[in-house]
Amino acid sequence: MSEKLLMKGNEALAEAALKAGCQLYFAYPITPQSEIPEYLARRMPELGRVFLQAESEISAINMVFGAAGAGARVMTSSSSPGISLKQEGISYIAGAELPCVIVNMSRGGPGLGGIQPAQSDYFQATKGGGHGDYRLIVLAPSSVQEIVDLTILAFDLADKYRNPVMIMGDGLLGQMMEPVSFPDRSDVELPEKPWATTGYKGDRPRNVIKSLELLPERLEAHNLKLQEKYADIAATQKRSEEYLTDDAEIILVAYGTVARICRSAIDMARKKGIKAGLFRPITLWPFPDKTLASLADKERVFLTVEMSCGQMVEDVKLAIECRRPVYFFSRVGGIVPSPEEVLAEIEKRVAGRCNA
Amino acid sequence: MARGKVVFNEDRCKGCALCTTVCPTKILGMSEKINKLGHHPAEVKEPDKCTGCATCALICPDCVIQVYRE
Amino acid sequence: MKLVFDRPRALADVQTHYCPGCTHGIIHRLVAEAIDELEVADRTIGVASVGCSALNTKYFNLDYQEAAHGRAPAVATGIKRALPDSVVYTYQGDGDLASIGTAEIVHAANRGEAITVIYVNNAIYGMTGGQMAPTTMPGQKTSTSPYGRDVELVGYPIRMAELLSTLVAPQYIVRVAVNSPANIRKAKRAIKKAFEIQVNNNGFALVEVLSTCPTNWGLSPEKALEWLEENMIPYYPLGEYKVPEEVE
Repeated sequence: MSEKLLMKGNEALAEAALKAGCQLYFAYPITPQSEIPEYLARRMPELGRVFLQAESEISAINMVFGAAGAGARVMTSSSSPGISLKQEGISYIAGAELPCVIVNMSRGGPGLGGIQPAQSDYFQATKGGGHGDYRLIVLAPSSVQEIVDLTILAFDLADKYRNPVMIMGDGLLGQMMEPVSFPDRSDVELPEKPWATTGYKGDRPRNVIKSLELLPERLEAHNLKLQEKYADIAATQKRSEEYLTDDAEIILVAYGTVARICRSAIDMARKKGIKAGLFRPITLWPFPDKTLASLADKERVFLTVEMSCGQMVEDVKLAIECRRPVYFFSRVGGIVPSPEEVLAEIEKRVAGRCNA
Repeated sequence: MARGKVVFNEDRCKGCALCTTVCPTKILGMSEKINKLGHHPAEVKEPDKCTGCATCALICPDCVIQVYRE
Repeated sequence: MKLVFDRPRALADVQTHYCPGCTHGIIHRLVAEAIDELEVADRTIGVASVGCSALNTKYFNLDYQEAAHGRAPAVATGIKRALPDSVVYTYQGDGDLASIGTAEIVHAANRGEAITVIYVNNAIYGMTGGQMAPTTMPGQKTSTSPYGRDVELVGYPIRMAELLSTLVAPQYIVRVAVNSPANIRKAKRAIKKAFEIQVNNNGFALVEVLSTCPTNWGLSPEKALEWLEENMIPYYPLGEYKVPEEVE
């Protein structure tokens, strides 16, 4: 491990991408993630890599398509409205089975919304957003160090599965500063990509990167092949973290920035004698449903906390099959809930169950 | 003896007839027969007069025509 | 006798799906001939777009990528920036380049991306069944301008070669047509020059090729070539709109 540096989330993400071997980066400025292109505009020329500010988020994702198809490690980043623009390109990338990393530092919506943090792009990231049957691997860091670790993992997973991978952050994570260290990747060999369009020299079949298939039987077969891939990912890549769940009478479910706030609220609750715990999904897709479901075996209630009007809560209910009550608390519009607010909600939800 | 010779890949011809409109010696026409694509293919009516100018091949959208010349 | 005219090696020996008399076939051959003559096939990557030519991934013996509608210049940018020694071209129709993809072509041209753009203008949307295009002529009837293109309502046809030639970075912008043997020969020279601009000069080049759509114009292939000459060439003059200072 290298030395510890104090870095802003957006910049740590950018540096982590470079450590992961990101060769090209295409993006358009948008608050609250413009530090990512600004940092890479300075750093990439130093390393002989390619930084290009595209004319729009649409162009950027299509540049990603081209570079990924040519075999390079490539990334784009944006925030909610820009991620909406990228949906067509993401569908094409998934259909053509190309690896790439897409970063969403999400902000309040819908529409132009606000520039403060939000978690209201969960549906967009995990349930589609783009057309067709595809899945994005979605990783949700909740600290600047985790941003670094998951960004590097994102590139590796993208190449391993030939699939786009999204880092779901938010405006707060992008702006906060924490100490980070970067792993030494100097002995990591990047995988070969024999499928890439590098020029047909006759030593292999022609490589064609496409997603069009007009024959229904073939398109069905392609879709089934993609589904097998997603099943494989779901079987092996679910990630989550738990905090004080063993004896918990109320388990909070939260990710990203909100998970940190929930931890503080849980510590405050524990001091008051309330046995609260936290289940933190790290992969939003594949959602760590089985691990969460096992927590519902014991009698307790769940409280999903999000900066949205209720998106991940649906997956929580699905995972535990509504065997236990699932409550929901949120702040939206860019407002970040305080630990005190979350504590008040915890207290409210256990009030009726108090049997001390 | 003709200076040129054209060879038509009959089963790729879509019967568009553009070659017949540009042949300077006007020796191309459409055949009565139907090819595998269901079209009347173009053919050389008077091969002896072919000069091998390749104008027919130039305008053929389907690379149906090979041209030989002395 | 020796063989003086044959299918170029870069053009796949397969039957195409294009309509009888469709000039896409001629243009595909000219592109393949240029690639063969410049001996760059082993490092050329084509970018197909959305239109009748979407299937041209099958028609060239080259590595290929399929772009979303309008996005080919961005995809080409990604490929070329990743593989600077490759030769990258896009093949786009008028809907793809002059409608949905105007941002992408303007900015790829403006950045001077070292790519070659083949822009096929046939004044209509062919693949989707004959709707109006930004390049449709005034008064021309199409399935979405059944009373004829009304310039008061929808403006005039757009001249992309002229528009792009106002940018500083592009090195070669030319408009040609494939309606006659003489014009086809000129088109071939222009297309080859456009690829040379990329290979020798690391520059952006675009060739606008006036083309026919016999099926959706409702004309025979021969009459379609005449219609092109009488109606399109006066509005879209042929010629070079931007030339490089010197081409090696």
